[in-house]
Amino acid sequence: MSSTEQNRTRPELPLGLARRGYRGVIQHIAAVDTGSALSATELESRLIELGFVEGAQVEVLHEGVIGRDPIAVRVDNITIAVRRREAMAVIVA
Amino acid sequence: MEAPLMHVALVGTPNSGKTSLFNALTGSRQKVANYPGVTVERKEGSFVTPLGRQVSLVDLPGTYSLRGRSPDEEITRDMVLGRTAGEAVPDLVLCVADSTNLRLTIRLVLELKRTGRPLLLVLNMFDIATRRGVTVDVPKLSEALGVPVVTSIAVRKGGTADLLRLTDEFAARSETPASQNQWEPLTVPQLRATQREADRIIASTVSLPTRPDTWTARIDAVVLHPVAGLAILMLLLFVMFQAVFAWAQPLMDLLQSAFDAAGQLAQNKLPDGLLQSFLQNGVISGVGNVIVFLPQIVFIFLFILLLEDFGYMARAAFLMDRIMGGAGLHGRAFIPLLSSFACAIPGIMATRVIDNRRDRLTTILIAPLMTCSARIPVYTLIISAFIPNRLIWGWVNLQGLVMFGLYATGIVSALGVSFLIKFFMLRDYAPAPFMLELPDYKMPRARSVAIGVYARAKAFLQRAGTTIFAMMVLIWFLASFPQPPVGAEGPAINYSLAAIIGKAIAPLLAPIGFNWQIAVALIPGMAAREVAVAALGTVYAIEGGKEAAAQIGQVLATKWSLATALSLLAWYIFAPQCASTLAVIRRETGSSKWMVLTFAYMLALAYLASLVTYNVASALGAG
Repeated sequence: MSSTEQNRTRPELPLGLARRGYRGVIQHIAAVDTGSALSATELESRLIELGFVEGAQVEVLHEGVIGRDPIAVRVDNITIAVRRREAMAVIVA
Repeated sequence: MEAPLMHVALVGTPNSGKTSLFNALTGSRQKVANYPGVTVERKEGSFVTPLGRQVSLVDLPGTYSLRGRSPDEEITRDMVLGRTAGEAVPDLVLCVADSTNLRLTIRLVLELKRTGRPLLLVLNMFDIATRRGVTVDVPKLSEALGVPVVTSIAVRKGGTADLLRLTDEFAARSETPASQNQWEPLTVPQLRATQREADRIIASTVSLPTRPDTWTARIDAVVLHPVAGLAILMLLLFVMFQAVFAWAQPLMDLLQSAFDAAGQLAQNKLPDGLLQSFLQNGVISGVGNVIVFLPQIVFIFLFILLLEDFGYMARAAFLMDRIMGGAGLHGRAFIPLLSSFACAIPGIMATRVIDNRRDRLTTILIAPLMTCSARIPVYTLIISAFIPNRLIWGWVNLQGLVMFGLYATGIVSALGVSFLIKFFMLRDYAPAPFMLELPDYKMPRARSVAIGVYARAKAFLQRAGTTIFAMMVLIWFLASFPQPPVGAEGPAINYSLAAIIGKAIAPLLAPIGFNWQIAVALIPGMAAREVAVAALGTVYAIEGGKEAAAQIGQVLATKWSLATALSLLAWYIFAPQCASTLAVIRRETGSSKWMVLTFAYMLALAYLASLVTYNVASALGAG
């Protein structure tokens, strides 16, 4: 993997841990062991169907009232509401 | 020779404007039914193309893919593939896209192409896209996809002209057979590859504005704010109920006087006797007492549809997700539960948007606790008869406040019951994912909202015209026969079948303050809650003679104690007083077990709530 300047300053992190205002790019999907009720395959399929694919620009726009959950994420040019538990599968940097 | 009926299916992602396109093409020529054997709603309409071709259009449930992960999505998949028994294979599939948001739809188009069905991509809301600075190279997109593409503005007059023209062109050469189906469920790598392909096509044919819709961002900054957002949601609900109560009143008064006049006419023109009594007390006052609530039902649906079309419903689900989650509910349960405020039946059907079976069951079980519009007649009647119409704290109407309290009690109890279900019955519960698109805000269009309100009002009137009318005739019969013996004393109804039944169950209801007249009214109230109002009217109108027929409320105020009135209000928050809701629960859950459980727990709660209310109120001197 090429380690550009940006990658060094922005380590990989699950989207589920990102705070409001975070901007990044999706690196990959890691749908195992997220604690989601869905199987890894199903979770990954659904995330892709909603546009969470490698290279997509993401920005955390809003956080929910209780426990800052769920989050509203701008994925390229659409906004998706997702719980942090499922967002853990989306690795961003 | 007349050309055969052309079958067209509408497919699209949620929020693609599919419903507004369906409304634009078919207008009010719509039929709502169910697919055989399953409970997914089937919306069909018809229209004629400019060249005179008859088209039958089916609006399929919204989906992001053909995987079929919920019953609705399975319907969409099977209909497109022509696998649904008894359904015509579509001659043409219209895939509808929100032009401002093509990514997800283009991927769906690529998947649809594999089915081999003739396909047409409709870029809907093209005007909004243009205004936002989205430009689409339509011919190039069509070439890249290998699918005809047409733009449309469903909400504008003539906005579907190109689509209609293309449909005609397609029909003219419809001898070209559909190619072989090569679709099978996509694996994750295939899915990813398809999305990549879609993104590549979009990159070469669509230019997107650099900035997102600023209005949506500005509104969301307030509406999704943790504090302001919840305050706005609560305020919206509060205003909705105050407004429905206040604005609808003049119209309701108008309807009431019309029915009173009709009743008076019947009384004047007809000789005294059974026919006069039947028309005035059974038909006119019975059905009139229900139809008079049409304005309120129209108002509540107007609110729900406006919020839905505006794009607020998804935001409400976002705000409510964790709050509902705390009670063991899914954020998506918010929409079915909100619909249940109008009627539990569409609400329970709307639980299909929840894919997890346990989440769905919990939502179905508590949906009847949401205050449906059929309770409004009962609440309104009792509130206006017993609660003084005055302002407290200078601006809050006391009657409105009591109404709000009844709604709030229903909601709080529903959350409590849901928590208990989660805790005791479905312990292996794992929360299903909450993943929802938050669409850009759109100005609701009057025509689309009007069609929606019209469809619901029609459904309500059909119920009033059929079930309720039949029940009215039955209750009039029960209340009128057998007729009292010659020379008998007291009101005639005291000798009727109704009195016999009412008195038989009255001892059971005495501890909660109900008299036998209420017991009589509760029985037909099983057919539909609002029938109880008409039934009370019939029972008291006949008992009190013709003079009392006009104002049931005034009669009740003299016959009941305040404690009895409050007890009946408490009863109506909880009681399983609706046979159709129970029937729908049975159908949706596929077993009588859940229906019986719903009936039993609601009945127990109702009795308990009324018992407490009556005794507390009596102890406080309202007995």
